[in-house]
Amino acid sequence: MHPIVKLVVQRLALGLLLLWATSILLFSLTEALPGDAAQAVLGQNATPQALANMREEMGLNRPAVTRYAEWFGGILHGDLGRSIINKVEISESVGRRLSTTIFLAFWAAVVAVPLSIFLGLLAVRFRERWPDKLISGLSLASISIPEFLLGYLLMYFVGVKLGWFPTNAIISDGMTLGQKLNAIALPVIVLTMVVLAHMMRMTRAAILNVMQSAYIETAELKGLSGFDVIWKHAFPNAIAPIVNVVMLNLAYLVVGVVVVEVVFVYPGMGQFLVDAVSKRDVPVVLACGIIFAAIYIGMNMLADIVSIIANPRLRHPK
Amino acid sequence: MSDPLLRVRDLKIGATVYPPGEKPKKIEIVHGVSFDLEKGKVLGLIGESGAGKSTIGLSSLGYGRGGVEITGGEVWVNGRDILKGGIKGLRKLRGAEVTYVAQSAAASFNPAKKLMEQVTEGAISHGRMTRAEAEKRAVELFRKLGLPDPENIGNRYPHQVSGGQLQRCMTALALCPKPDLVVFDEPTTALDVTTQIDVLAAIKEAIRDTGVAALYITHDLAVVAQVSDHIMVLRHGETVEYGETDQIINAPQKEYTQALVSVRSIEHAENLPKGDPVLRVSHVTARYKGTNFDVLKDVNVELHPGKTLAVVGESGSGKSTLARAITGLLPPTGGRIEFAGRTLSPGLNQRTRDDLRELQMIYQMADVAMNPRQTVGTIIGRPLEFYFGLRGDAKRKRIRELLDEIEMGDGFIDRYPAELSGGQKQRVCIARALAAKPKMIICDEVTSALDPLVADGILKLLLDLQKIEDVAYLFITHDLATVKAIADSIAVMYRGKVVRYGPKSDVLAPPFDDYTDLLLSSVPEMRLGWLEEVIASRRMESAGN
Repeated sequence: MHPIVKLVVQRLALGLLLLWATSILLFSLTEALPGDAAQAVLGQNATPQALANMREEMGLNRPAVTRYAEWFGGILHGDLGRSIINKVEISESVGRRLSTTIFLAFWAAVVAVPLSIFLGLLAVRFRERWPDKLISGLSLASISIPEFLLGYLLMYFVGVKLGWFPTNAIISDGMTLGQKLNAIALPVIVLTMVVLAHMMRMTRAAILNVMQSAYIETAELKGLSGFDVIWKHAFPNAIAPIVNVVMLNLAYLVVGVVVVEVVFVYPGMGQFLVDAVSKRDVPVVLACGIIFAAIYIGMNMLADIVSIIANPRLRHPK
Repeated sequence: MSDPLLRVRDLKIGATVYPPGEKPKKIEIVHGVSFDLEKGKVLGLIGESGAGKSTIGLSSLGYGRGGVEITGGEVWVNGRDILKGGIKGLRKLRGAEVTYVAQSAAASFNPAKKLMEQVTEGAISHGRMTRAEAEKRAVELFRKLGLPDPENIGNRYPHQVSGGQLQRCMTALALCPKPDLVVFDEPTTALDVTTQIDVLAAIKEAIRDTGVAALYITHDLAVVAQVSDHIMVLRHGETVEYGETDQIINAPQKEYTQALVSVRSIEHAENLPKGDPVLRVSHVTARYKGTNFDVLKDVNVELHPGKTLAVVGESGSGKSTLARAITGLLPPTGGRIEFAGRTLSPGLNQRTRDDLRELQMIYQMADVAMNPRQTVGTIIGRPLEFYFGLRGDAKRKRIRELLDEIEMGDGFIDRYPAELSGGQKQRVCIARALAAKPKMIICDEVTSALDPLVADGILKLLLDLQKIEDVAYLFITHDLATVKAIADSIAVMYRGKVVRYGPKSDVLAPPFDDYTDLLLSSVPEMRLGWLEEVIASRRMESAGN
């Protein structure tokens, strides 16, 4: 077997193992919380008898291990259980919410990733000169401002004053792609500004690190232009660290957008999770948790695999 | 007479240095050097590190490393002052009219790109050839330089070929755009002596066949004597002597050149006593974890107190692995190591503190073998504390004694490694080893990273200390001149085996086994025509077989 296949399979197996461990952790944490689903459904004033009946009905009296096995078995079959509030299949409602969140994250990534890598390359090309300082300064400023403030500022100036984009990012199935993009323009800008600095700084640092290598001197002594040296000779050797930070930020775009979604009233996972927590809808919280964990683990695993594949020593062994 | 290809006039080069605790300041490192190079000729630039030879070589491409910049003078290439053309003019020149072969091809090839792409890149990006033409020329050059499978080797990545092959690829890279001038910067220094001779012959042949002119930079006078028409001897950024190769080698005028020519004048008569050895290695085999290949195979050697055993061989022969096995860093899988009359445990963890103390080690790279944040006093004082519990004045007194023994004064006690020269760093490492009062020191290529004259000083010091302290040396090296200078007995290693072992006079006297013969005949000799003789005699032999 090609060693790279072996490495990739190892990473995949490790990722699955990690996901399984996370599921145990999640389940035990919700178990440890005071109160349970029966309490949540019946409210504070429920009689002990009603609570006991409810627990019996919901199967909450069975041992935790049995319930965990049932829950985890369900996940393996794609069944996330039912909400205890409205009895709807979680996989259905989560599926809809997740796809809207991923829609937003996808377009934010489409803007942010190439932009940040390009700005990183530009900062290296003009390092220690004004374009570098300007790029670093602006991106650090944008990461330092809280997301909700950025959101309201954009809403006021771009949405209200200039009237370029709607201030509410409400999308529905009937809209065309253009209409949807118009609706999510402001949250995309906010998310881009939030994740830009990390990726830009890492691109800059990783490439500057490679620029110390002897083969960069070789490239310069071939008479290549400054940007060719960076793009053709430095960048391919800096892919691994850059991909790692890109994936971390992509994962953040999916699981960390609660604030931005609330600010722009965007019907994504973030709002869904907030609702579920406030209503003590434990199965929904568990489902969201395991999905977020899967996305984080998946993205980082992908970053590992890309790093492995980007290494010519592993790709083409002796 | 037409203009020379390269004309350098009163070249001055400056650098910005950052002394610790002071403001950065500008210093001049090359002080007005002038020379001419005709089409198709080879000029050798020779000197110690810091002499400015690489800096001068790179100036013919208008390039300065790090904070280095050309501050004055003129560099004319093909009748054009390249220092006046700006960066755009320089980019047209670099990789087209003038190309560069770096010392470490392994570091100078981009690990992420195929060889062919890198070899042809200059020629294509300058529009001197189409891709097809450039690739055809690259294959021709691969063939001319004696690379295996010239048609397909370009599809490989740098890590897939050997060091010697990579250095040839670097030469192909430099010759591909049909330049007028190639700067060779120590192209064979990083290679084994047996590999060096082939690469040297290939480079020489390629220079002759393509009619290109070359600047050949090296610290090894014997090497430069084989390839150049003229030689310029440099020291501290100034020309010491400049003349035809024959004159520089056979009739050097200046004292410094004479010292370079006669370097390695140390005489050490072998002296092998009877009695019990301090180290006896019997039937030792070793392999690295997770492999099924023995890197040491049935090694048997002995070393007597106060004597020197030189272990020679090329890289990969297992000589450093032997040191790791003896020190316990790599526990042997078989055999026995007896030291000072007792059997050593294989692994480092089971050894007593006395085992550790009596067996010290000195490394090739002195600067990475010391903590850059510790002063010389702390570095030498550490073993005194650890092994002998010395503190305060007693410790300081002993540090002074040790500094005295390595011929460095008290003034160094509070200095940091970064403030020392290469030779001084190695001396501090020697003092640190001696501080433990060892019975034996393993010296792993301790002079390989040093200039010849500095290395000579270190070897003399080691021999003097041996007499005073009665310490035995296991001296690992690939340099046969060093071996001749200091050894009492010699073990020649090849592919994990000791192929020849005995007193120095026996090992270095015929009849030789094939490998020792190859090794000995590959050491460059400081006379003209040596390379041709060796190559011719090897061709005759292989034709005879």
